Amino acid sequence: MDTKIVLSLKNITKKYPGVLALDNVSLDFLEGEIHALLGENGAGKSTLIKAVAGAINLDGGIIHVGGQDYQHMTPHHSRSLGVEVIYQEFNLVPTMSAAENIFLGDRVSTNPLVDYGTMRSKAREIFDLFNVDINPNALVRELSPAQKQIVEIAKAVSKNVKILIMDEPSAPLSVSEVEHMFEIINQLKQKGVTVIYISHRLEEVFRISDRVSVMRDGQYVATKLTKDTDRKELIRLMVGRELKETYPPRSNLPGEIALEVKNLTGNGDQDISFSVRKGEILGISGLVGAGRTELAMLLYGAAPIESGEIWVDGERVRMRSPRDAIQQKIGLLTEDRKGQGLFLEMGVGWNISFPIVRRLSKYGVVDTKTEKDITGQYRQRIDIKTPSMEQRVINLSGGNQQKVVLAKALAAESEILIFDEPTRGIDVGAKQEIYHLMCELADNGNAILMISSDMQELLGMSDRIIVLCEGKLAGEVQNEQFSQDYILDLASGTH
Amino acid sequence: MNNSTTTISNLGARIGSEMRKYAPLMILIGLLIFFSIISPNFMTSRNIIIIIRQVSFAAISAVGVIFVMIAGGIDLSIGSQIVMTNIVLAIMLVDWNLPLGVAIPLTLLLGTVLGTINGLLSVVLNVHPLIITLGTASIYKGLGYIFAQSRNIMGFPDSFRWFGQGYIGPVPVPIVIMITIALIGSFILTRTYFGRFVFALGGNEEAARLAGVNINGMKVLLYAMCGFISGITSVLLLSRVFAGQTATGQGLEFDALTAALLGGVSFKGGEGTIFGLMTGILIIGVLNNAMQLASFPDFSQNVVKGAVLLVAVGFDVYQKSAKAKETVKKVAA
Repeated sequence: MDTKIVLSLKNITKKYPGVLALDNVSLDFLEGEIHALLGENGAGKSTLIKAVAGAINLDGGIIHVGGQDYQHMTPHHSRSLGVEVIYQEFNLVPTMSAAENIFLGDRVSTNPLVDYGTMRSKAREIFDLFNVDINPNALVRELSPAQKQIVEIAKAVSKNVKILIMDEPSAPLSVSEVEHMFEIINQLKQKGVTVIYISHRLEEVFRISDRVSVMRDGQYVATKLTKDTDRKELIRLMVGRELKETYPPRSNLPGEIALEVKNLTGNGDQDISFSVRKGEILGISGLVGAGRTELAMLLYGAAPIESGEIWVDGERVRMRSPRDAIQQKIGLLTEDRKGQGLFLEMGVGWNISFPIVRRLSKYGVVDTKTEKDITGQYRQRIDIKTPSMEQRVINLSGGNQQKVVLAKALAAESEILIFDEPTRGIDVGAKQEIYHLMCELADNGNAILMISSDMQELLGMSDRIIVLCEGKLAGEVQNEQFSQDYILDLASGTH
Repeated sequence: MNNSTTTISNLGARIGSEMRKYAPLMILIGLLIFFSIISPNFMTSRNIIIIIRQVSFAAISAVGVIFVMIAGGIDLSIGSQIVMTNIVLAIMLVDWNLPLGVAIPLTLLLGTVLGTINGLLSVVLNVHPLIITLGTASIYKGLGYIFAQSRNIMGFPDSFRWFGQGYIGPVPVPIVIMITIALIGSFILTRTYFGRFVFALGGNEEAARLAGVNINGMKVLLYAMCGFISGITSVLLLSRVFAGQTATGQGLEFDALTAALLGGVSFKGGEGTIFGLMTGILIIGVLNNAMQLASFPDFSQNVVKGAVLLVAVGFDVYQKSAKAKETVKKVAA
């Protein structure tokens, strides 16, 4: 293998409020290698890509590329050095043709007008190279995800790509399409292009990559030659945090069944059955796109149920709107706090009392005294750090915002709480607090459903775990059978 | 973030938000001082009442619009609603000889129906209300013209004069009604759970839905309210003009929207106060009146009003970006 280093990262550091997203990361990439980048959610992979692409400003470190050191990379500069990124969300203009997208922003000839002829033939050339049959005149919005992916790659190739970064490129593709993509990637490799391949599907990493680097919690962990490592080692490197997080002990034994779901279908999920008891924490595992959040939305009445039954406290209930769920004392803490959970421009107290503000009203007028009492109570109970209850939520840290979301659900007297990625994007200290609160809630007899992509957290917190795969229930794992490998196998459908 | 920077940035934020709250008021006071210096006839109680009565009609409708705007919507059709309801009321009173006690409630009902249509269309078609109300505005206005058949409808009962031309004590009736509606509106907006739902809808619709708010129902209700209130404006305007003409009400949405934007209502929704709105409407009134006193030609008044609207929107955008910067700085600290 050629050992020429084309991209070298030295002590890259990036801080976000409350989180050190990249902590002194140093990493080299070689010419013509396929280098896989592995890590759990929040490990810092995406931030690292953005650093290389010049999409963010660094707080420290040097990017060495094209024979020069850069402290501040700009998107323009990065591109001129031959770095191209294919993000998970495609960066294509849906209403333009494939050819137009490929050459967007470029002049294909000296013709002062848009030279569609040259554009088309050049696009065709690239597609032929990849051995794919895409009509250059087809509008991008009419293409399949796999074809869009190829248009993205073609776009990069047309720009003389030297380093191609692909963020979870296989996520929207079927198995055979992934195979085809691999062929194209290998072709690029033959031409000396360096491919940085981000994925959390381990099988793919073994199939395609020459080397693999692992990141964890914003730190660089290790780089291995793919042929010298195995699945077990990579998982250990990915999740092995040296007891940095401890999971509080639990006292109560689960009680009666609080929520039972029978053959639930809708929102992309099919035929899902499970139950959760009072005082129990039920973990819900699965890969991105397995239908976990979709299940939460069904349970919460926020998405239409096609068939199946939901039983709360032994009675069948109808979930036609979130209001029904709130009435059944089901609370949802959404994955997307800012987009779905909070009113960012409003105050802390305003947010907490919002779901019960109607109940707090007499003749429609809000009883602000009772409101203050209640919101103050929850602020104290879950220790929300804010200078005042009038402080706008947008000014709080991620951890405290999450606590406001929790306070909202608690103020509504929810007894069945669905936590969707409760610790995403919050720092270690706040995570600990959230864990303690969840355990305390369970010990007090609440039923808790916890969706998480953080395997360690899921194993540490749950009494039982159900695993979803492609919208279906792939299995249920009891505490004594907990093993990361087994759950990952279920989640990836290989079991 | 340590304690002292927290307090300082909080203070900064507070001063910023106070400024934002009182900026329209400062502008108004500045204008009042300026015009009272250059024109001795300006700052008389008679002229002030004239100013307020002049804007009271748009102000009443604006209270309805501000609810829609805070909830993240917009209603461009209120002027056209008034064109139609105004003609219908005139026809009911003159052609059909209906008593006031029947015709006026029917007019308010018609206004409510027109608003409900706006709301239902925006919910069912799921198209931006800007487009919906642009369309309905054309329809409502067109229907007004059809009903009027190019007539200037006259011959109302004298008792009808009171609403637009009468006084309660020294205060003209439209002003009393404006103040009443503004106070009720402010109360609903700030003190009731309904008011909070309105802010929630504009602040984060999805979060509101997940908190159990019936967002579609709310939207329809708000447009219906807006229509009802413009029905009131229509009654007052017909009584004031005392002739059923299709010219009445046209362009009223422009003053209402400008006032709302001047008064700190955001185009994106989620914020706004009746106090700001009233300040905004008075700024427009003062400008109108002063230009008339200075005998500006009508068309140059349009130029000034348009410029004022742009300044208001520019100010809104500037405030937003200043606020964003401030937040970023705070987060970085």
